Amino acid sequence: MAETVRLELVTPVRQILSEDVDEVIAPGVEGDLGVLPDHAPLLTALRVGELAYRIKGKLEYVAIVGGGFLEVNNNRVIVLADDAELGHEIDLEEAVQRKLKAEAALERERKADEKTFKAVEIELMKELIRVQIAEKYKGAK
Amino acid sequence: MPGVMDIKRKIKSVKNTQKITKAMKMVSAARMRKAEEAMTNARAYANKIYELVGGIADRVEADSHPLLVARKEVKNVCLAIITSDKGLCGAFNSNVVKKTLAFARENQDKNIKLICIGKKSYDFLGKKEFEVLEKYVSFGGKITYDEANEIGDKLVAYFLSEDVDEVHIVHNEFKSTAFQVAKVTKVLPLVLEKQEAVADTTDYIYEPQAEALLKEIMPRYINFTVFFSILESIAGEHGSRMVAMDNAARNAGEVITKLTLTFNKARQSAITNEILDIVNGAEALNG
Repeated sequence: MAETVRLELVTPVRQILSEDVDEVIAPGVEGDLGVLPDHAPLLTALRVGELAYRIKGKLEYVAIVGGGFLEVNNNRVIVLADDAELGHEIDLEEAVQRKLKAEAALERERKADEKTFKAVEIELMKELIRVQIAEKYKGAK
Repeated sequence: MPGVMDIKRKIKSVKNTQKITKAMKMVSAARMRKAEEAMTNARAYANKIYELVGGIADRVEADSHPLLVARKEVKNVCLAIITSDKGLCGAFNSNVVKKTLAFARENQDKNIKLICIGKKSYDFLGKKEFEVLEKYVSFGGKITYDEANEIGDKLVAYFLSEDVDEVHIVHNEFKSTAFQVAKVTKVLPLVLEKQEAVADTTDYIYEPQAEALLKEIMPRYINFTVFFSILESIAGEHGSRMVAMDNAARNAGEVITKLTLTFNKARQSAITNEILDIVNGAEALNG
């Protein structure tokens, strides 16, 4: 019986995490899912959202911006994300600025065709997640 | 025999050239380290995504996705050619161009369309008889994943709209600093390599189903392949430039040694002549 699971988070640009954690909570396309030690093998797509993991009883957050995949096998959780950012690396002020910008862009594109609008909407969603996560770390700093 | 001053001027100019090549070599070395680092970082993702795609491939039908279906008749072939924007890097770019032309010769019955990535490929091949679908130039020796995504999406779009029946990437594979090999890689239709090694058919839970997952993974797989190829090419470019500049600096050194020798000889003979003049003059006075 394993005590922890190995969480590995990689993006095409860098390896972000490689740690032994107690629990992973990930934003799957079909709903959030939690992974505890000795989870059955699983492969799922991820949506833009918040990935949390518990390490020594403390919850840490990661912003998954850009979707990706999560694989669970043999007590290893491998997350392949298009882009991701550790919660404590996000600067709240900057995140809020970017969110405002994304909101303005959405307003501008309201009349644009559906495809561009969707793209802008997704951008806004990413920024919202970043702000959300940055706020969680606000007190800690 | 050239004058002493001429040789002196020549030596100075070669020395200047040598300074430049030495500086460029140093810059390339630094850039290459960075590019290599980017490649190493991407490799973790590469290994994982190849494994995932391989794993899923075992569980789905070969024709379950349009990107997997090989066309019966291959008429239009798209080549995505990755070169550098800048020259002065030895045979780096011409190797890719040569490979492209060789490919075109072998496939004369097919209609070849190009996507040029990097200024040099467009400079060389844009003037030839090929149709150029897209060109991406001047990304200045750097690439972000988003930029690669854009290119990858284009490749997929051309393939799906049946403008082209096959897509290949031509790029320099990074073997080592001094050694790159131009290579043609087929990217579309995707050929999924079934992995025999992963024999343990662990009963995976798929969310959503394997087919739907594959649909998500495949575009990423292609985009990532493009991204990684470009990273390799960038690292190779700097490596190749480093070697080329190193050679140039060494050649300049040789030229300088030779010129210095000629210069010394010229100077020596000038002095001898002058002494002869004086001696002769003195002789004449004495006599």
